[in-house]
Amino acid sequence: MYTGKSVKRVDAFDKVTGRAKYTDDLCDKKSYVARILHSTIANGKVVSFDTSEAEKVPGVVKILTCFDLKEKHYYPTAGHPWSTDPSHQDVSDRLVLTERVRFYGDDIAAVVAEDEVAAAQALRLIRVEYEEYPFVLDVQKAMEDGAPLLHEEFPNNILKHTQIRQGDYEKAIQEPGLTKVEGWYETPVVQHCHIENFICYAEMEGNRITVTTSTQIPHIVRRIVGQALGIDWGRIRVIKPYIGGGFGNKQDILYEPLCAWLCMQTGGHLVKLDVPREETFYCTRTRHSIRNHIISWVRPDGTYAARKLEAFSDQGAYASHGHSICAKGAGAFPQLYPCPNVEVDAYTVFTNKPVAGAMRGYGIPQAMWAVESHTEDVCAAIGADPVEFRRRNLMPVGYVDGFSKNENYYDSFNQCLNKAMAAIDYEKKFKAYQNQTGDVRRGIGIAMFWYNTAVWPISLESTSCRMVLNQDGSFQLQLGETEIGQGADTAFAQMAADVVGVPIEKVHVVSTQDTDVTPFGTSAYASRQTYVAGFSIRQTGLLLKEKILDYAHTLTRMPVFNLDIVDGNIVRTTDGRVLMSLGELATEALYSLTDSRHITAESTYQVKSNAYSFGCTIAEVEVDIPMCRAKLLNIVNCHDAGTLINPALAEAQVHGGMSMGIGFGLSEKLIFDEKTGRPLNNNLLDYKLSTFLDHPKLMAEFVENPEPTSAFGTKSLGEPPACSVAPAIRNAIFHATGVGVKNAPANPHNLFAAFKEAGLI
Amino acid sequence: MYDIKALYEAESVADAIRLMQEHPEAQIIAGGSDVLVQIREGKRAGVELVSIYGIDALRGVSYDEEGAIRIGSLTSFSHIAADPIIQEKIPVLGEAVSLVGGPQIRNIGTIGGNTCNGVTSADSASTLFAWDAIVELAGPEGVRRIPIGEFYIKAGKVDLKPAEMQTAIIIPKKAYEGYHGNYIKYAMREAMDIANLGCSVNVRLSEDKKTILDARIAFGVAGPIPMRAPSAEAAAKSKETGKETVDAFAKAVLEDIHPRDSWRAAKAFREHIAVEMARRALIKSIELGGGVIRE
Amino acid sequence: MSKQYKLIHCTINGKEREAMVDVRASLTDLLRNDFRLTSVKKGCEVGECGACNVLINGECFNSCIYLAVWADGKEILTLEGLEGPNGELSDIQQAFIDEAAVQCGFCTPGAIMSAVEILNEGRELSDEEIRIRMSGHLCRCTGYENIFRAVKKTMLKRLGKE
Repeated sequence: MYTGKSVKRVDAFDKVTGRAKYTDDLCDKKSYVARILHSTIANGKVVSFDTSEAEKVPGVVKILTCFDLKEKHYYPTAGHPWSTDPSHQDVSDRLVLTERVRFYGDDIAAVVAEDEVAAAQALRLIRVEYEEYPFVLDVQKAMEDGAPLLHEEFPNNILKHTQIRQGDYEKAIQEPGLTKVEGWYETPVVQHCHIENFICYAEMEGNRITVTTSTQIPHIVRRIVGQALGIDWGRIRVIKPYIGGGFGNKQDILYEPLCAWLCMQTGGHLVKLDVPREETFYCTRTRHSIRNHIISWVRPDGTYAARKLEAFSDQGAYASHGHSICAKGAGAFPQLYPCPNVEVDAYTVFTNKPVAGAMRGYGIPQAMWAVESHTEDVCAAIGADPVEFRRRNLMPVGYVDGFSKNENYYDSFNQCLNKAMAAIDYEKKFKAYQNQTGDVRRGIGIAMFWYNTAVWPISLESTSCRMVLNQDGSFQLQLGETEIGQGADTAFAQMAADVVGVPIEKVHVVSTQDTDVTPFGTSAYASRQTYVAGFSIRQTGLLLKEKILDYAHTLTRMPVFNLDIVDGNIVRTTDGRVLMSLGELATEALYSLTDSRHITAESTYQVKSNAYSFGCTIAEVEVDIPMCRAKLLNIVNCHDAGTLINPALAEAQVHGGMSMGIGFGLSEKLIFDEKTGRPLNNNLLDYKLSTFLDHPKLMAEFVENPEPTSAFGTKSLGEPPACSVAPAIRNAIFHATGVGVKNAPANPHNLFAAFKEAGLI
Repeated sequence: MYDIKALYEAESVADAIRLMQEHPEAQIIAGGSDVLVQIREGKRAGVELVSIYGIDALRGVSYDEEGAIRIGSLTSFSHIAADPIIQEKIPVLGEAVSLVGGPQIRNIGTIGGNTCNGVTSADSASTLFAWDAIVELAGPEGVRRIPIGEFYIKAGKVDLKPAEMQTAIIIPKKAYEGYHGNYIKYAMREAMDIANLGCSVNVRLSEDKKTILDARIAFGVAGPIPMRAPSAEAAAKSKETGKETVDAFAKAVLEDIHPRDSWRAAKAFREHIAVEMARRALIKSIELGGGVIRE
Repeated sequence: MSKQYKLIHCTINGKEREAMVDVRASLTDLLRNDFRLTSVKKGCEVGECGACNVLINGECFNSCIYLAVWADGKEILTLEGLEGPNGELSDIQQAFIDEAAVQCGFCTPGAIMSAVEILNEGRELSDEEIRIRMSGHLCRCTGYENIFRAVKKTMLKRLGKE
């Protein structure tokens, strides 16, 4: 058995030797270099360009502007499975270059040049004349009547408004003796900051175009490049090599359509589009800033009588993943702490800001910031113990979500809490840190989360797998599901080795997806790779095994039901005798003059289930009040992600998510100039991604309750670790100082304001 | 690939001065950690550069004949921090430059570059201000030496005449002997960051350690260029090493500094932090000098 | 205007090399384009992420903000130079594998090279010192935790303390 063991990553050798090839490493040096001209106004229209000076720059091949786009093929960008039902399709609101500018940074023209210096020189020399409109950066101001309208089809800039109504809120709040707790909680715009920027290149061969790109979702890229260019999808080939992180940003179609279009406009010549870090920050995607308003009505016994949430999600200028992110967060509200009387209103609203899309956690980190900050505020208001209050109100065992049919099978929340509390010595610290005085104080705080696994039943869940047997008894494993750093290829190899019955060295994972040859799959998002791929790996592995044993029968005349594959050998189960190696069988099968077969297996599995993943964070901080600074001393995450396929890689995943959560809670925020809409800190110096020195030791704990719906007992882990970290830190600061920060991050700017308001400084 | 029009590599100071005279439009590049970034941004695109990075004579820390500490302008931050003279006589300078960026930046970044680009946030600058550093400049007219406070003219502008370059930073013996200091960098994260405020304090105590004979304090980012806080210094000079002195010293900085409101930090926030930093840096300096803070 | 070139001589990964360098090139450009040493990654091109870190005369530098012409006469070591003649891994590379310190792998080459600089000092660093010395690398995957473990473990092993 390989599943459940910490086998070494299948790609580790290549990555520690520099042999692993990423997009830029593969691009031929003869390529043209493309750079994009971004708008320098936040709302308006391009009237004209003067490219005369730019054209004169030696090495400039071609300058293309939005006015060169003769056929307008609007396309969606979200990395969602396509829907053949028009009412479920993503909003098609993008063009490869746009005349109508909706945010500071919109793509209005591009330069194709022989080298990057010529491209940069030409960009600086293009003069643009705009017609400027007023713009709006605030999500609620954008909803007001008379606010600048971004898209005619969406009155009041509301992309979508959804509601949840349970019980009778208005009636429930009449109950005598209730305490009302109300608060506003807001999260900032943050960015993924994968260390490899977005990059792609395109080249034509015959009438087909090949796009090699740093993406999480190659098959979706193919579809959308086709939609954007208005050409048959079969003419497009997308290749995904190793990528330097994605975190959801690359679960969106970024500049593949533009690069492909530029390639076609320059005679099919190889064109590379390497997006600089500064542009990656505001011209790709960001995490939605969400402003949440929560009202809770609490009984003296510490139960909820009624609750209400309003969520205002800042979509930025284009729809991208749209309302699904805010809706996911809002959907968590009545599920994490169920209450009979609930009203939820979730709005996703266009503003003249960069486009928000998917990012690790997909709305849940924002929702947990609000919900778990609020939970702490409720505890303070009624004098409840934060642990006991949560235990009393959390989703109970046996809870079933009516829509997803997800079920809470185990007492995971309490198990996770108990394990995390023990790991960080919670009880002792919680008591020790009560009622402190002085400049420097310590605190400890908790936050919980739940997360789904995959996207069923909102969208299609389909996974395909191919196994191709080699003469030596090894096989290639191909999947549409992608390795994006999380270790998917390793988990796939482990699962495949177990199902077929071969040593893991005999599984050759084809890491690179090439839509010409890779089976269809919608790829890496929604923390679904291990869960979803598990179905097609098990199904295809069994199919391969059946074919192998069938051939073993023809060679040995033993009945199939007395045969098995164990450790790469054909074994007679009745006496355990090794009849032949799988290599001998495969060689014979391929070259047999009487019965030649190339043994392969391929199958598609449509997954029609989903699974809850659970966990919590406990954080301990030291707050230096006069210096307005919170330092993280200790932190632990505990997860129930079902059965772990690879514990060491699972732990590593948790570390990474915690790190992202630490930045979200303490330091990260993309800020904009109120006067122009221009981003102010779109570089890695001014955007405060946490460093080696901003982290304490990261502790990761697990509870392994096998997920009954899963092919391997596993469920989501990729995104969950980022979900509860920030509110746990916030609650620890609250415990230390009595000051509850409303807006993330709890950086010195926000702490200064909060401490000042509270009279601490 | 950088948008550089031409590059002239100097092998000596004289060579560099000659190249700058021959190419009056050319700008100096030392380690390049600022210049190259600005070329890429487009601010200095298309420049002619005189590279002085290869002039090894400008590297290293030594004593001159009068016992002053001489730091060659091309000495990297990491070499300053590791230098035995610095560690013995002005450890605070080593500590301050160890807070610049990250390790790789400290290997390429030079103290000359850090001071010649004239920015207020330079981690070395406030400590050099607080230690009465002298800047040595060489040009066609010969060598001149000026106090660092005079070297800075305004934000981004230092007193470098045409074809002139900085060759050394000098800390006179009387400026360091008997002094103990502390630097606090206030930034949003613990590494790879730029100061929101930098505060460097040092003191010389009486023999019995009960009196502050001299106190010097300088800030970065409290104004357009690094600055001393004379009111604070006066509030501590010849005073007892008590809590009262510390408080008076810290409060007095507000009479001297004038930080601005920017997206990096609000004025009110910087002022609040400045007082606290002055207080803590003075206490630490007194403790390093062997004194105690009496209530 | 004609381009300006300079012939440079240097040692790259133990081998003496010469190259005609465009004076506008960064060391990253030289190593990636002329020598195909693609472990040298581009993450920001302004010295803020550490992905392009290499050793020059034993010290770490972000090669993106180091002019290629300055490499003249220098000894340069990239990740590719750590492997033995038969593809054997160095101890620190193996530790990165064993400690699951690799995820997307993009910051890995630069981070390993900083670790090499530390390990070559042959002394025991405190945990805090290790963190300071590694702090020139931004990583979004690992939370730095397993990178820290890999460096510390290798340091102790080399000092015979494990």
